[in-house]
Amino acid sequence: MADPVIVGAGPAGIAAAEVLCAAGLRPILIDEGARAGGQGYRRPAESLALDMARLMGSEARKYAALHRRFEALLPRIDYRPGTLVWAIDGDTLHLLRDGRAETLCFDRLLIASGAMDRIAPLPGWTLPGVFTLGGAQVALKDQGCLIGSRVAFLGSSPLLALAAKQYREMGAEIAVIADTTALRAKAAALPALLHAPRTLARGLWYMAASLRAGTKMLHGAVPVAIEGSERVEALLLHDARGRERRFACDAVALGYGLKPETQLADLAGATFVYDADFRLFLPKIDGMGRARPGLYLAGDGVRIGGADAAEASGALAAHAILSDLGRPAEIAVTRRLARRVQRLRDFQRGLARAFAWPRAQIAALDDAVTLCRCENVTVGAVRASMARDLGPAEVNRVKAITRCGMGRCQGRVCGPALQELVAAECGGDGLAAGRLRGQAPVKPIALAAAMDGS
Amino acid sequence: MGPPTAQFRRVAARTGPAVTLRFDGVSIAATAGDSVLAALLQHGTLLRRLEFGAEPRAGFCLMGACQDCWVWSSAGGRIRACTTPVAEGMELFAMPQASFDRPAEESGRG
Amino acid sequence: MTGRTTDVAIVGGGLVGAWTAFFLARRGQRVTVLEKGVVGAQSSGVNFGNLRLQGRFPGQYPLSLRSQALWEEFEALTGEDCEFEQSGHLYLAYDAEEHARLESYAEVSESYGLAIERLEPADLRRRWPWLGQQAVAATFSARDATANPRLATPAVMRAAARHGASVRENTRVVDIGRSGDGFTLALANGETLSCGALVNSAGAWALEIAERFGETAPLFPAGPPQFVTEPFPYLIAPSIQAIDGSVIFRQIPRGNVILAGYPRTAADPQANRAPVPPAKTLAAMRALARVAPVLAQCHVIRVWSGIEAYLPDMIPVIGPSQTTAGLFHAFGFCGHGFQIGPGVGACLSEMILDGGTQTPLAPFGIGRFRSATQVSEKFRKEFD
Repeated sequence: MADPVIVGAGPAGIAAAEVLCAAGLRPILIDEGARAGGQGYRRPAESLALDMARLMGSEARKYAALHRRFEALLPRIDYRPGTLVWAIDGDTLHLLRDGRAETLCFDRLLIASGAMDRIAPLPGWTLPGVFTLGGAQVALKDQGCLIGSRVAFLGSSPLLALAAKQYREMGAEIAVIADTTALRAKAAALPALLHAPRTLARGLWYMAASLRAGTKMLHGAVPVAIEGSERVEALLLHDARGRERRFACDAVALGYGLKPETQLADLAGATFVYDADFRLFLPKIDGMGRARPGLYLAGDGVRIGGADAAEASGALAAHAILSDLGRPAEIAVTRRLARRVQRLRDFQRGLARAFAWPRAQIAALDDAVTLCRCENVTVGAVRASMARDLGPAEVNRVKAITRCGMGRCQGRVCGPALQELVAAECGGDGLAAGRLRGQAPVKPIALAAAMDGS
Repeated sequence: MGPPTAQFRRVAARTGPAVTLRFDGVSIAATAGDSVLAALLQHGTLLRRLEFGAEPRAGFCLMGACQDCWVWSSAGGRIRACTTPVAEGMELFAMPQASFDRPAEESGRG
Repeated sequence: MTGRTTDVAIVGGGLVGAWTAFFLARRGQRVTVLEKGVVGAQSSGVNFGNLRLQGRFPGQYPLSLRSQALWEEFEALTGEDCEFEQSGHLYLAYDAEEHARLESYAEVSESYGLAIERLEPADLRRRWPWLGQQAVAATFSARDATANPRLATPAVMRAAARHGASVRENTRVVDIGRSGDGFTLALANGETLSCGALVNSAGAWALEIAERFGETAPLFPAGPPQFVTEPFPYLIAPSIQAIDGSVIFRQIPRGNVILAGYPRTAADPQANRAPVPPAKTLAAMRALARVAPVLAQCHVIRVWSGIEAYLPDMIPVIGPSQTTAGLFHAFGFCGHGFQIGPGVGACLSEMILDGGTQTPLAPFGIGRFRSATQVSEKFRKEFD
């Protein structure tokens, strides 16, 4: 029997490796990143004089603990950083390490591939100086840099206030925090958020901190454009009362919550179902994270739940592996983990309702706006293709005809907005618009990678 | 806003060996451990010109997902700036270089 | 007969179905195209997009040349652009045996009036200096071209519709019966459709129809593995093919290099899947880097395949049924149907309306499978 393989060394992957090690197994932990921790608990290189304890705030203790636990694990696992899984074919992982292709066979595969920001385009969003909200945090944690000196935070997410707080503390001027969801819509979703009061309190505290610091915070903002010729110069929007507001800035952090990176789950044969709250197609899993025999999914890569849920779901999926290997079930532990995962994911579901994905804004985008930044496809090109006789009415066909989602990122960035636009043009729901199918390679690979070996 | 200078602003010092790379012929001072993207954006506002229309681009997700930050290297291909660490002597460009500039009419049409 | 709702029913809305509908409708026929999914989604839409004239099956040249003339008129005929690029096709030979094969292909091509240019290694170095140096000889055909398959079939189908054809997507045919000298088709939605003539252009799904009328062909599904790179500066005008079949590639003016390679992949028409094994991706990448080392640092960004129908002698079935008057077959294009699609449509329309076509199609009759099936050398080479 081969050792279990875990893809992704964030909180989910590390917690899973811990459980498997404790049971006497030696998992193979593959990670695309050079250092463990994933995106949220990313650890800067030693050479960077960054006060992570201060930056991580209330999460500092967990952050430090996760990295301590990972270091304790290191001698007992086969850790392969800097390794991309670019395809999955049956029971074989196709890897890219140091620019070379190699393969790895598995019996049991746990994918904890994490998440990235979900993006709604607006005029000017391809300008230099516009980054994802997660990217703004990566610049800080990974490189000790701010994405600009005067930064606007735009989107709909509690992370807008969190990132703005970190940026302000590190010396950035905050041009505005502009959340596209109205305050009353957030209030209406409060009951669901009570599932995780501590997290809620933290979210409110960030907002309060922003207000105390005199930062302009708008709810119910309607983005108009990011202005600038060669770089960001200002964010233009309408406030909740419909007044035009212009905020001079040299950078914009953009994010509408997170979306799971499901490409590998797709290639590994997971079944997808449409989730009406998140308005995304998500892999189908059982209560412990099983997607099909031998395939387990955990963390934000399968359901957005945050770092705590990722850890618990990673541990839970590892218990599923052990149970499927015929090890005695630890019923009390798995029940506790399952409850915890459920509670935290319910909370995120509440957040997804509270911090709304801006469907109407996407449906109303001007034809001239770039939708696919890889292939330079506009909103208008997608609409025009669909409006023709025998035009496409489903995302994969729209992609085939217009090249939207066909470029280097394989629709990671434009996919959710494309799906929403197609849904709007069909007058149907997101389910009817269909799901962009994942294809190998999940990230670009150079011809040279194929030259030696394999 | 003033004239474009730098996009990124360093707020945490990095210690380590000094590394010099060149971007569009201009020397850029960096420190080992910097990503190419961070090094270039601390000295400018642009990483590349889009293949279709030459509009400026400077990356987007900064975590290796969006594939927006591929810059040209003298080695004849592209590197993803956000996930590639700087190395001494790197020669990088916002646009493809001479070996790819040969007009197709000369080389291809029969 | 009465109750007939269309003159000709075409089952299968691929490229052949589209061109057939186009030519029939243009001559005033009432035509209904029945497509179980959407038009041009299978092999018509996922193929390499090659409009190659060099190295074709000899008996196919009249059809092929007739088709090329139609491709050259594509915009005038359909009113749409399908990214047609007449940038030529370069065949490369890497040893003496391959060189001899190249020469025999060239002689056949020339016998049908195609201009073939023979190239020495020095010519190759001068005209395409970025090519790998190993090729010992090459032939270049300037009339060969490429087009975007994703755009072509919907464009032809729209043109057919403008001439009056009825095009019904997401319409599955569940039963076909003889009624008088025509046919009655039962559709999945409960409707029936009567027609005088029936065209079977159902690709990998065509055998069901043929067998309903007592004839068959050893048809099997497979997919062409295809790959595309990120956009690189436009450098490679012709489509370039290693004669051993290890790789064929072309660059579109926006910069992406599209490549395909043998062997072909398995495909499942029931589940509608044709996955590309990653090992084939790597093999095609290696082959491309050998032929064009200049691309070694170019990144592959996407792979795809689709479901095509193959026959062991590697030539299609085109022509009237041997058992049933009014039934016409056009399927099993073995991965080279894109180029001849327009001509096949024109010929079928002539068979239906004029009782025959001037274009010689004798090798393609379905009757050839009554005797022992020939297995083509090409077939052995292209499958693993």
